[in-house]
Amino acid sequence: MKNVIDYYKKIYYVMKRIRLVEEEISKNYKHQKMRCPTHLSIGQELVGGLISLFLKKNDFAISTHRAHAHYLGKGGDLKALISELYGKITGCSKGRGGSMHLIDKKVSFMGSTAIVGSNIPIGVGLALSIKFDKSNKISCIFLGDGSIEEGVFFESVNFTAVKPTPTLFICENNNYSVYTPIHLRQPSDRKIYEMVESLGVKSFLADSRDINDTIIKFKKAVKFVRENKQPVFFEITTYRWKEHCGPNEDDHLKYRSEKELSEWKKADPLKEIEKVLLKNHLLTNIQIKKITHKIKDEIAKAFDYAEKSEFPKFNSVNIDEYAN
Amino acid sequence: MNFPEAINDAMKIAMSIDKKVICYGLGVDDPKRIFGTTKRLKERFGPERVFDVPTSENALVGIGTGLALGGYKPVFVSQRFDFILLAIDQIVNAAAKWFYMFGSKNNIPFVIRLIVGRGWGQGPTHSQSYHAWFANVPGLKVVMPSSPKNAKGLLLSSIFDKNPVIFVENRWLYNINEKVPTGDFRVPIGKASVIQEGKDITIISNSFMTVEAKRALKFLNDKKISCELIDLHTVRPVDWETIYRSVNKTGRLIAIDSSSHNLSIASEIITRVIDKCWTKLKNKPVKMGLPDHIQPTSFALTKNFYPDYISIIKEISSLLNISLEWKKLQEKQETPHDIPGTWFKGPF
Ligand SMILES: Cc1ncc(C[n+]2csc(CCOP(=O)(O)OP(=O)(O)O)c2C)c(N)n1
Ligand SMILES: [Mg+2]
Repeated sequence: MKNVIDYYKKIYYVMKRIRLVEEEISKNYKHQKMRCPTHLSIGQELVGGLISLFLKKNDFAISTHRAHAHYLGKGGDLKALISELYGKITGCSKGRGGSMHLIDKKVSFMGSTAIVGSNIPIGVGLALSIKFDKSNKISCIFLGDGSIEEGVFFESVNFTAVKPTPTLFICENNNYSVYTPIHLRQPSDRKIYEMVESLGVKSFLADSRDINDTIIKFKKAVKFVRENKQPVFFEITTYRWKEHCGPNEDDHLKYRSEKELSEWKKADPLKEIEKVLLKNHLLTNIQIKKITHKIKDEIAKAFDYAEKSEFPKFNSVNIDEYAN
Repeated sequence: MNFPEAINDAMKIAMSIDKKVICYGLGVDDPKRIFGTTKRLKERFGPERVFDVPTSENALVGIGTGLALGGYKPVFVSQRFDFILLAIDQIVNAAAKWFYMFGSKNNIPFVIRLIVGRGWGQGPTHSQSYHAWFANVPGLKVVMPSSPKNAKGLLLSSIFDKNPVIFVENRWLYNINEKVPTGDFRVPIGKASVIQEGKDITIISNSFMTVEAKRALKFLNDKKISCELIDLHTVRPVDWETIYRSVNKTGRLIAIDSSSHNLSIASEIITRVIDKCWTKLKNKPVKMGLPDHIQPTSFALTKNFYPDYISIIKEISSLLNISLEWKKLQEKQETPHDIPGTWFKGPF
């Protein structure tokens, strides 16, 4: 058994990369070259890091409107992501999908959908295909605290509770659905993971500010799904720093308190991991600079690639409505 | 072979050809086996490939999309078209979009079988056929068989198509018997069938309305009226070439849909025919379908709700301005209007 700290270096790199990518997207959005709604994951990078540690390349993943971190954590191609935001032919969906519709089949990132909750049954269907194949892959579904309010969530959980499939539900509870806090949407004394447990699916709760505990629990959750070929629901409390949709801040709208935001920022999991690595001499400040430089270089190349790529051409005869 | 037997035959053939074909839906392995259409599938292909499910249409369609992404060819059955309305999100926003939206990288081979109820008090929520809605959704194929033979051929083509297919079966087709080719017999999707050639008038119909149109033809042929009857088979994509060719020849058109005439397939056919065949038209095109209101339950309220062979003859009579004495036919009607034949005793 590995010490938890042994995971820190890798997860740090993955999370740092996600943070820097999102920041670069945020910085460049004003140029009006990326012209599609985008939901950034800054503050919520830990899940992207976790999946990079414990999911295998051929495990299925399917995500939501807030998918950048999941796509990158799963190993999705960075150039294809940035090009997709630019609407270029080299985008992962050939510019047809935008930020909310990412795919990278090479790493079994099967798609991300923009209708809240709609990826959930599809992920269960993928898990059912794994079961039929008798393989030992798992299917990983990302979802937010808002999506559990959709009927299809209950239908999907019920289905896999009665017909077990290797499904890992990862619910990032960031306390908000757009600007509406969770206490206006769900009874305050009802915890999501407890409710799901009572529906018949084994559940975990983790707090992204407690990194060791989160890593241990997540590892356990993945292991349980893979070994027992049964579903698990993994709820993780987290926080989005930026506006719900877009590259900026939206705190002038006053839907959440400054204190709440600053407390979460203070507890930034990425900073925390960095601190632990430095303290334990697993990383030096020079190395951090090097890592940052390397990632920034990669990001610059991806943006350059997207800029230089061609736009798709509209073909009115063959619009690719159907597969042949 | 009757209609359910033809569907059952197609399922057995598809499932033996390809191990990836899966059949699921509420009741597929219950004692009634979806009017017999899924008879002996579970026994023959095992409970993994043929399984009953919770009553969760939206999730079930999503699960089908996931299965398709995972390399399977699912066939989902819903005992009524009305029930699938709970799954519109998964059909329209996911299954239909997947191929295009993700840069043509994955496709969704997925059949959704929907049975349309009619008569004997099916009423407001057990008799609807919203095939025109789905025909309005790019990425879907919408298939509407009109006989056991084309049902078998179209279902086999649908299962082996690479795209999501809405397969619409009218309950009143179920007791029709005809000779059906054996083995892996396919009828192409997107190609209409010219049931009878003619020169005076073109009738275009789908599903059970084709049965009514065929009945009308028997009568009209005797009267030496030369009708061309086209059965659409699929309402997305529509075989426009066959339609234009026919109307350019006859100059007259009756377009019949098997649901409300309002914003129907028939409406679209007439719009396009006016555009493409304008100079060849001898009369204004005629549209037929169900009235544009909610279907009632009572025996007394459902009379004349559906077009039938007599109302088709009536339209032709006024179009050609000849007396066809259709009123006499009405007097001769023996079967009550709300059942396909005396064999039907309800409830569904
Ligand atoms: C069915 C549906 N309803 C509403 C929306 C608008 N919408 C987009 S994102 C979002 C918030 C969902 O909240 P959550 O699932 O917690 O995800 P988060 O944005 O917090 O990551 C909403 C309501 C939508 N896309 N789909
Ligand atoms: Mg949320």
